[in-house]
Amino acid sequence: MKHRHLLGLKDYPAEDIKSIIDTAFTFKEVLERPIKKVPSLNGKTIVNLFFENSTRTRISFELAQKRLSADTVNFSASTSSLKKGETFKDTAQNLEAMKIDAVVMRHPTPGAPLHLTKYIDAIIINAGDGTHEHPTQAILDMTSLHEKFGYLKGLKVAIIGDISHSRVALSNIYGLKTMGAEITLCGPATLIPPFVEDLGVNVNYNVDEVIEWADALNVLRIQRERMGGGLLPSIREYRNLFGITRERLSQHNKELVIMHPGPMNRGVEIDSSVADSDQAIILNQVLNGVASRMAILYLLLGGKSEGGKD
Amino acid sequence: MDFSKLKKQVILKGGKILDPIENTIKKSDLVLEDGKIKALGKFNSNKSAHLIDCKGLIITHGFCDLHAHFREPGREDKETLESGSMAALAGGFTRVCVMPNTNPPIDSPEVIRYIVDRSEECPIYIHPIGAITKGQEGNELTEMGTMLSEGAVAFSDDGLPVTNSAIMRNALEYGTMFDIPIINHAEDLCLKQDAVMHEGKVSTHLGLPSSPDLTESNMVHRDLSLTDLTGGRLHVPHVSSSKSLDHIRIAKRKNDKVTAEVTPHHLFFTDNDLQKFDTNLKVAPPIRTTSDQKALIKALKDGTLDCIATDHAPHTIEEKEGTFDLAPFGMIGLESCFGAVNKVLVKENNLDQLDLIQMLTTRPRKIMGFNDNLLDIGVNAELTIIDPNEEWIFSRADIQSKSYNSPFIGQNMYGRVKYTICKDHISVI
Repeated sequence: MKHRHLLGLKDYPAEDIKSIIDTAFTFKEVLERPIKKVPSLNGKTIVNLFFENSTRTRISFELAQKRLSADTVNFSASTSSLKKGETFKDTAQNLEAMKIDAVVMRHPTPGAPLHLTKYIDAIIINAGDGTHEHPTQAILDMTSLHEKFGYLKGLKVAIIGDISHSRVALSNIYGLKTMGAEITLCGPATLIPPFVEDLGVNVNYNVDEVIEWADALNVLRIQRERMGGGLLPSIREYRNLFGITRERLSQHNKELVIMHPGPMNRGVEIDSSVADSDQAIILNQVLNGVASRMAILYLLLGGKSEGGKD
Repeated sequence: MDFSKLKKQVILKGGKILDPIENTIKKSDLVLEDGKIKALGKFNSNKSAHLIDCKGLIITHGFCDLHAHFREPGREDKETLESGSMAALAGGFTRVCVMPNTNPPIDSPEVIRYIVDRSEECPIYIHPIGAITKGQEGNELTEMGTMLSEGAVAFSDDGLPVTNSAIMRNALEYGTMFDIPIINHAEDLCLKQDAVMHEGKVSTHLGLPSSPDLTESNMVHRDLSLTDLTGGRLHVPHVSSSKSLDHIRIAKRKNDKVTAEVTPHHLFFTDNDLQKFDTNLKVAPPIRTTSDQKALIKALKDGTLDCIATDHAPHTIEEKEGTFDLAPFGMIGLESCFGAVNKVLVKENNLDQLDLIQMLTTRPRKIMGFNDNLLDIGVNAELTIIDPNEEWIFSRADIQSKSYNSPFIGQNMYGRVKYTICKDHISVI
């Protein structure tokens, strides 16, 4: 692996993404076995450092670590000393003092994982930094797409919803572009970032045209707190313009793969009848999440790392 | 930096005297006696005089900064009038106007008097800028007339924009009685929201909350229109965007009461430099694009911008070593100013050395009404001596401020302040 940490997928090498995906498939086989545990990271200590609420990502990481036989510790901001005014730096240095091997961090501020590398020698894996990146989610999305289609190069992927506030979108864009996929963004103009063309993607506000074009839709969560903040008029308006409903899909006579990084707002950005249908691979994404995170941890901590530098 | 009292007689030998008022550079020695300019010409050393070899160096007026934060009273852990003075001397500045966002704010004749009295003991000349409104709250005008008689030189609510257009109008109108500059930090806070950087290609990649250049230029445009309406005097601080320059350029064609400044950091850095999330580059207004940077340089050349001001803003390391969202806005800038702007403007963009010196001396002094010629015989020596060609790297050791939140640390500099003479003392840098 070229980089010692996984901070984001911007400028992350295609061959390393490929090798993570390949390794994820190997681990997925392990997850299908009756005994789902391998000794690869036996003796390694990993801290899951979560400054922001997360259930799914944290459990997915924790499970991946346990399947690899690593020792894990969970640290979440609500139970931590941060409320007592301890600084980010102190928290980091305390962890460092306890001789750990890796930190999986979620933080509400863009750049926080890079910031952590200044204070700590352990390997850092970004589990989401504000509205910046969420690289492991993008890797599991790519693993799922690769599994479904057999290829990523030339694949037409639409990302639908709140792009501006989405770390999932940004990491998916970087990763998929690197792997040669085509991307169209679709969502309200107030939730598409300015200068988005610089990311090498198309923007189309007409969801029906996007459905016609795409091989797969990655439907993002619309956070209810965006409503009324001047960005979106109402849930009804959003559903009318961008909601992935059964009625809308039935107007298009085509095979289409539906993804969602979760947690879903059923009845807002996606209907239950779509989310629970055969064309949705949402639960498969969850399993691939564990396999992909096993692959990432294995390659960065135990396996074939060539001690690359960042 | 070595700081000591001047000897009774000092001979600055072999340098060039750059006179920013007469627009001349000529070889001459300069003799100081009892801290005053005694004579220019050619002089031989004598036993009792302190001889300073100025070969290859330029001797000129002490620099004047229109925009600095010395944090006193209230945040003496970040800077004091003394430590700020030492930072100024290290940067070649002998005269600094300090902003009123202290605690309590400089919003009354009493606090103006406090700053003026405290400054008497400081090794540079410090001039307080009073707040436009009481408590910088944007509601009620301060006692400008009385504050001026106590020593205020201008008015500004500093980092807090005067958002209420009626109050801004009143400030400009009231200010016409005194012919002093009204300085408004131009940012439309509604448009800015929680932004921490410029909205552009880079912010889209970094995912940081951002706001567009209009955040500044809309308010600059409003202030220029109100200046037009009232006949007041407006000084636009730390202009950062090309769009603001367009408005200022047009306004200046018909209104000679408009002036504007630019900071070294807006000239030196672009938003690309934020890729590493360096909190020292978090500043308001934000560092903008390469094309804004080019426009600022052009605007200094064509006179749209009058002068350079540092917006020296000390913050503690504890505040700046946190994450990007929590870090306060601002960076220090006095010590690094000359090496940075001389590099960008003179070395890289062919600005005349004399023009640059004017942007640091006569032009800011004129805005504040400091019009005396510092090279006249008999005046108190207030001089800066520079090596215009020294290449060096700015480091922590070059900082005299109590704080060291500087993105210039590690940057290549061109041209360096060697000596600063002020109030009968000499700083050897």
